[in-house]
Amino acid sequence: MTLLEVVGVSKVFPGVRALDDVSFTLAPGEVHALVGENGAGKSTLIKVLTGVYQPDGGELRYQEEPTKFDSPMDAQRAGISTIYQEVNLIPLMSVAHNLFLGREPRTAFGLLDEQRMNREAAEILSRYGVTADVRRQLGTMALGAQQMVALARAVMIDAKVVIMDEPTSSLEPREVETLFGVIRDLHAQGIGIIYVSHRLDELYQICDAVTILRDGQVVHTGKLADLERIKLVSLMLGRDMSAVRREGFTGFSGQMTGDAEAPPVLRVTDLNSRRKLHDISFDVRPGEVVGLGGLLGAGRSETIKAIGGAYPLDSGDVQVDGKDLKRPTTVAAVKAGIAVQPEDRKAEGIVAGLSVRENIALAVLPKMARFGLVSDRKIDKIVDKYMKRLQIKASSPNQRVGDLSGGNQQKVLLARLLATDPKVLLLDEPTRGIDVGAKAEVQSLIDELASEGLGVVLVSSDAEELIEGADRVVVLRDGVVVGILTDTRVTTEALLETIASSGGHRDDH
Amino acid sequence: MTTTEAPVFSLPKIKNWLPAYGVYVAILLLVLYNVLFTENFLAWSNIRIQLIQVAPIVIVALGMALVIGTEGIDLSVGSVMALAAAFIPLYLGYGVLAAIIVSLIAGVVVGLINGVLVAKVGLQPIVATLALFVGGRGLAIVISGGQLKDVRNEDFIYLGSGDFLRLPVLVWIAALLVLVIAFVVRRTVFGRRLLAIGGNRPASELAGLPVQRVLITVYIVCSVLASIAGILAVARIQSSDASAVGLLIELSAITAVVVGGTPLTGGKVRVLGTVAGALLMQLVIATMIKHNLQPSTTEMVQAVIILVAVYVARERRSR
Repeated sequence: MTLLEVVGVSKVFPGVRALDDVSFTLAPGEVHALVGENGAGKSTLIKVLTGVYQPDGGELRYQEEPTKFDSPMDAQRAGISTIYQEVNLIPLMSVAHNLFLGREPRTAFGLLDEQRMNREAAEILSRYGVTADVRRQLGTMALGAQQMVALARAVMIDAKVVIMDEPTSSLEPREVETLFGVIRDLHAQGIGIIYVSHRLDELYQICDAVTILRDGQVVHTGKLADLERIKLVSLMLGRDMSAVRREGFTGFSGQMTGDAEAPPVLRVTDLNSRRKLHDISFDVRPGEVVGLGGLLGAGRSETIKAIGGAYPLDSGDVQVDGKDLKRPTTVAAVKAGIAVQPEDRKAEGIVAGLSVRENIALAVLPKMARFGLVSDRKIDKIVDKYMKRLQIKASSPNQRVGDLSGGNQQKVLLARLLATDPKVLLLDEPTRGIDVGAKAEVQSLIDELASEGLGVVLVSSDAEELIEGADRVVVLRDGVVVGILTDTRVTTEALLETIASSGGHRDDH
Repeated sequence: MTTTEAPVFSLPKIKNWLPAYGVYVAILLLVLYNVLFTENFLAWSNIRIQLIQVAPIVIVALGMALVIGTEGIDLSVGSVMALAAAFIPLYLGYGVLAAIIVSLIAGVVVGLINGVLVAKVGLQPIVATLALFVGGRGLAIVISGGQLKDVRNEDFIYLGSGDFLRLPVLVWIAALLVLVIAFVVRRTVFGRRLLAIGGNRPASELAGLPVQRVLITVYIVCSVLASIAGILAVARIQSSDASAVGLLIELSAITAVVVGGTPLTGGKVRVLGTVAGALLMQLVIATMIKHNLQPSTTEMVQAVIILVAVYVARERRSR
């Protein structure tokens, strides 16, 4: 028996065939991985399944009946729930309110039964590993916990199919384990799960079947256990398997480029910020990639932002090329040659409504201008240079950045940073949420930039990326440097050991 | 109004096109209607009056468009007009230039206060500018002694009532300011930064833009434009009445901006659209008056136009 079936579905947008005769089936209790690069058609397929888009051809069958979902509401009522990358809840309302939104328990007088709601919410959420007070505002909780609330909410609506779009992208390992526990539960209850992720480890850990999309077509579907990892990657990329083997999974060359003798290009001394950072110190030499390791909430993003002047410091010193910035502001930091790529690309990185061109030139406008008047010629030159160098795929420099794929948005952001001619590049999760191809490109770009003499600080929750990319890894826990891995100690084992060895579980805020 | 036989008029295309250019179509239709059904509509004297009446709104709306482009709003523009007007009779004795300069300085000060409250203190623009919306006019009335004062300086009155090349000076000034602001938005570093900040402030900060400076400048520009409108209003009506000058103009200005297709969510400024928005509202009012409709009806029609404009402009959320 099949739960949900897609038969020969096509979806055409002006100029693109986003889905081309795609078929795929989901059995009850099956955890089905849906993989492909960005632009392969995953999102479109999900939107067809959830009633956001109507297919141009083909058929949907739900519980063996031909079905048509006119709206996302329609699909949800039928029992298809979706959890998106970004949490779609109301940050200012309490956890319990979010969980019961639209289905609040009432008292005999038709008023909100707050007590019952809070009690039930606590009960339900404890199964998802969320033990915080359910009366707290959702927005004050860690992203991972928020995602669990979203998941709990989705499952509560009698879902028969749960679609998870990159559910672990903002979770830390402990939370991922909890999520997998929940998925196993759902599996046992006979709920079908469509699992979209770029993390291969997770797929092999949790999924039964896999469907691989490329350029809007299904290139493979079947049992995941029968498919070799490297074969999966090559199917996804459409690349030769031997090339994948030769080049490794990441785009990093693994060669050390730092010059041990050179004076540091960035020296961070005793950064302190109330309760978040404690005496953080480290150096970055030109050509060196220094990784910042640690779990979510360890203070990695805060450290990077503090160096870039975007996070308040109580004390501490930031030196670029021997010049002291004291307490940097964003303006001073950029001027001194610090470029920050923030973790949240959409909220803090790109200006989605502006063009590729405007986004790339944004930080260097004064250099592109005379007497305050911008020169289109100068901008075109620099935009052209970086679009070529980073292989940014856009219909034209005037395309809205918001309409690009995640990988290309990230490249636009990097282009903006590089245009400022930085001495130090601070990268916070540079490959999060971008497709495999773009990921490798960004990784080899980081390598290349380091070899040109830039100092790079790399934050990544992808251990493979951190270890292969970094020459040294500074490990943080609870805002404290707990270890520095160098030379032959730069290994995944040593990283996990350092994170784990530093004693105890960190308190959840 | 849609025809299906030609793909040029496909519905999605119209949906994209309408927020940006709908206002021009509306003007065209209204002009056409008036040409056919309103007596003397094309008479030069009528066109002159319409232009004179719309000019101050256009000037104020230009500043408003910039502020709205940063995802802000400035409620204090009417009070700034009153303040500027209050200073004119006081300083006209020192010469026309002195009076104008003092009035402009008043605008700079108000803009500076608004800008600092928004950019440095971090107040929401609607709250920050509400303070001077209330207080500014009060101060203006205090300064002017609460009286209507006649202004009889010939040179000064020329600004509001004189002609240059057969067009009112007032209209020339408004047109010039439109060109300047359009140029600033399109071609200057300041204009580009303004749009980026309106589009995504945290990102602009991380990119090292002087966000506070740009925001403060935007509010100052808006206030200075409002003072210019105030000065011209005095020159036109040849008297200064702090309790009446610029009353409710913030609403007309916001309406012009919104009807002209500038989204309230920031990141985009339509200068010509704003001018068209002001013209459209002016035409609507004039048409109603010419056909002897009640002012209350006129107001309701204006309300409908605003709703329609906001409705077609609401951005469709993709992804």
